[in-house]
Amino acid sequence: MMLTELTIAAAQDGLRRRDFSAVELVGAHIAAIERLNGRLNAFITVTADQAMDAARRADDVLAKGEAAPLTGIPLGIKDLFCTDGVRTTAASRMLENFVPPYESTVTANLLRDGAVFAGKTNLDEFAMGSANINSAFGAVENPWKREGEADTVLVPGGSSGGSAAAVAASLVMGATGTDTGGSIRQPASYCGIAGIKPTYGRCSRWGTIAFASSLDQAGPMARTVEDCAILLQSMAGFDLRDSTSVDCPVPDYRAACGRDLKGMKVGIPAEYRVAGMPAEIEAAWNKGIAWLRDAGCEIVEVSLPYTKYGLATYYIVAPAECSSNLARYDGVRFGRRVPAASLDEQYEATRRAGFGAEVRRRIMMGTYVLSAGYYDAYYLRAQKVRNLIRRDFERAFQQVDVLLTPTAPSPAFAQGEKMDDPVQMYLNDVFTVPASMAGVPAMSVPAGLSANGLPLGLQIIGRSFDEEAVLAAASAIERAASFTHRPALRAEVV
Amino acid sequence: MSYVIEGRTGPWELVVGLEVHAQVISQSKLFSGASASYGGEPNTHVSLVDAGFPGMLPVINRECVAQAVRTGLGLKARINLESRFDRKNYFYADLPTGYQISQFTHPIVGEGAVEIELADGSIRTIGITRLHLEQDAGKSMHDQDPTRSFIDLNRAGVALMEIVSEPDIRTPEEAGAYLRKLRMILRYLGTCDGNMEEGSMRADVNVSVRKAGEPFRTRCEIKNVNSIRYVMQAIEIEAARQVEIWEGGGSVDQETRLFDPARGETRSLRSKEDAHDYRYFPDPDLLPLVVEEAWVESLGAVLPELPDAKRQRFQSEYGIPRYDAGVLVAEQATADFYETVARGRDPRLAANWVIGDFFGALNRTGRTIQDSPITAEGLGGMLDLITDGTINGKIAKDVFEDMLETGESAAAVVERRGLRQVTDTGAIDAAVQAVLDANQDKLAEYRSGKDKLFGFFVGQVMKAMAGKGNPALVNAALKKVL
Repeated sequence: MMLTELTIAAAQDGLRRRDFSAVELVGAHIAAIERLNGRLNAFITVTADQAMDAARRADDVLAKGEAAPLTGIPLGIKDLFCTDGVRTTAASRMLENFVPPYESTVTANLLRDGAVFAGKTNLDEFAMGSANINSAFGAVENPWKREGEADTVLVPGGSSGGSAAAVAASLVMGATGTDTGGSIRQPASYCGIAGIKPTYGRCSRWGTIAFASSLDQAGPMARTVEDCAILLQSMAGFDLRDSTSVDCPVPDYRAACGRDLKGMKVGIPAEYRVAGMPAEIEAAWNKGIAWLRDAGCEIVEVSLPYTKYGLATYYIVAPAECSSNLARYDGVRFGRRVPAASLDEQYEATRRAGFGAEVRRRIMMGTYVLSAGYYDAYYLRAQKVRNLIRRDFERAFQQVDVLLTPTAPSPAFAQGEKMDDPVQMYLNDVFTVPASMAGVPAMSVPAGLSANGLPLGLQIIGRSFDEEAVLAAASAIERAASFTHRPALRAEVV
Repeated sequence: MSYVIEGRTGPWELVVGLEVHAQVISQSKLFSGASASYGGEPNTHVSLVDAGFPGMLPVINRECVAQAVRTGLGLKARINLESRFDRKNYFYADLPTGYQISQFTHPIVGEGAVEIELADGSIRTIGITRLHLEQDAGKSMHDQDPTRSFIDLNRAGVALMEIVSEPDIRTPEEAGAYLRKLRMILRYLGTCDGNMEEGSMRADVNVSVRKAGEPFRTRCEIKNVNSIRYVMQAIEIEAARQVEIWEGGGSVDQETRLFDPARGETRSLRSKEDAHDYRYFPDPDLLPLVVEEAWVESLGAVLPELPDAKRQRFQSEYGIPRYDAGVLVAEQATADFYETVARGRDPRLAANWVIGDFFGALNRTGRTIQDSPITAEGLGGMLDLITDGTINGKIAKDVFEDMLETGESAAAVVERRGLRQVTDTGAIDAAVQAVLDANQDKLAEYRSGKDKLFGFFVGQVMKAMAGKGNPALVNAALKKVL
């Protein structure tokens, strides 16, 4: 039995039956990280010793029969979640040596439920990017290979690229991600795993380093929909320390995965059939439609007319918020400081040295759109369009229970491709951004392979706080697709 | 009272609006649990939220909102049931997050009014434009080290109310009266201690000048003036500067200035071109602030009686003059002291003693009502002895001084020193006779028509009785004999 190929659900049972110990389970994953991380660069920090200590404690707990839901389950934590006493970098030179004295709510919830953290996963700097090439700690390699192109290094997507690659390559059983415009769903799609961005307000943002506060939302990434449900169960919940978290009961997500879909109405938004969509993406989408119809769903054509403004609006709102959120990285209280003769010069030197090119670009865009004389034309108008996008979804959800779309307009691309033009890169998020703008839950689930053997994901979008319907529909696609393909680079083959 | 600046080209009118920053009295800061108390070793009242650590989020402090609502109600202002927090972005070393959370477009309190009374007894109403909640910044200290600046974040994140007046103020005196009245209201409400020396109340002063009947001309903002006297001086000096510029054919630039009381001048801090672009936008970490009407009403229901209402009540309930009532309500503690003294006693006698002897004694000894050796009950007890005839008014002055020194009750002082008033007519008659015997010459003068000498005889009798004679009985006895 390959411990690294188990699902979280199966590992929970195996640990409780004492088929294997937490030390064995965690140890197998740490060994896989040691073998593969040098190549994949999925982790910025590996906490092997702490993980093994935690595994031993988990075995004590298991021996007493007091296991919590995630006791002994090794996870990767996106290096955007502050972890008490463990370096948290946001993949930025700015926070290269930052060790927070506090634990984010989401990771604290996972620890409360017994999870074991194997380390901090790589990401685009401050979660800004769609290919995980913007990390101060180097790019992440996608464990998948195009057929017959063993030497071409593909990107894992971003910004949660390290988490996606680590889960896909079985370095961990699951991981946390954050999603601002697609940062969970798009890398999940590129790496052939599942990932859900829950409703904005479902998971606390406290202790998670902010990119764009009105959009950022934590969520789980795992190899199955059910595993995502298990992780989300622990991560979600109201938090008094986050004013935007919502006090709303967390239902039984795992139970939702097995729900019968008979009578569920599935909307197919016409506007997502964008010009120039690759045929294989459209084919995967059509397959998904057929699967859901076969599962008893009613398929309904719907319209989300403001979708076409989603990306443009996002690239005003998100940079605006980021320009303000990242002002605190000034070299005065923590993080990198480049001393200079005057305070202004110190700011300039510190921020020039601390931030990478993409972060600087977004801070400048955001500063511009909030400036006097431009605020009304850009930021204010973007907020109005955002409301229209939100209304689009509300209207659609009066007709249907969930929406089905592709997750991304292409499979994973190679490092070096799409990299000359930032707008080309931003287009990767065209299908994921609207749900972020509306704050509604959305999930990517692997649906098949592209012609050259790369995974393609489908996206299920649901009503606010109805993650259950999303998980149910995603599970149905997962069952129908019986996606058993595994990446070229993974724990058991290296 | 009109205030006119006489220029070479004729008279100029002054136009002033004030922005007062009042530190909210609360246990903890506006968006964090750290202590909001003044003082403390540097950087000991700082939470991770205040220091702007990654991932930290603000959570609104309900009590600070209540304090803003109370203040709004006290200023007879509209309470906005929905308001919003915005970020005001700028870089400075004592601003940890790089933005101040403030309320820009949707303040919690809208239009209100403050009534002021001037020296000539006239009354003016100064409009309140708005009141909003915002965070204070930390403190930069540039004088601790030759090359480095130190930062104290104890104040960072403490709640401030910015109270903006309409440009209704026309004289330095009105500005002073407005600030004193505003401070009085804040103190009554318990929402700000109004302590300008400690910086818990500061004023930004907007000054412009114009010819009568003109629309407003360009204004300058004088930042962070920290005493009422300085506000009045700064206005006068700035107005004179602007008149000189206009009359010299120049024009006043809109800019931010600083008042230097030592040199008696205002100086440019930054021009409009150098003004920060604060890039205000709604803080995405905070939801719109929604307060329930019922909650506002419940706060209003237990609002303390405010100075204007109290003054009117003192006039009508106690029958004391408007001026006296005004003196007594200037501070809540004084008003409470007076009411305790006056309760069940002659309120005018009480007012005279409180305003006269009692305030005089406090001034003389440098004490406050709180640490006065004579309590309201103690002073009341003394008044009771006057009223029931135990002591007369003159002896009361001695008793009062004794109480001030010893802290004893009036009854104890009277007992110890044997100051009880003599009402024994036999003793009085004897004293009268003795005085007449000793002053035959004066008696003759009196009898020949020099009526004024009656007072002399009263004085002599009282003196002979060591001041303890009952004045009415002494008068009666003298009249009978004379």
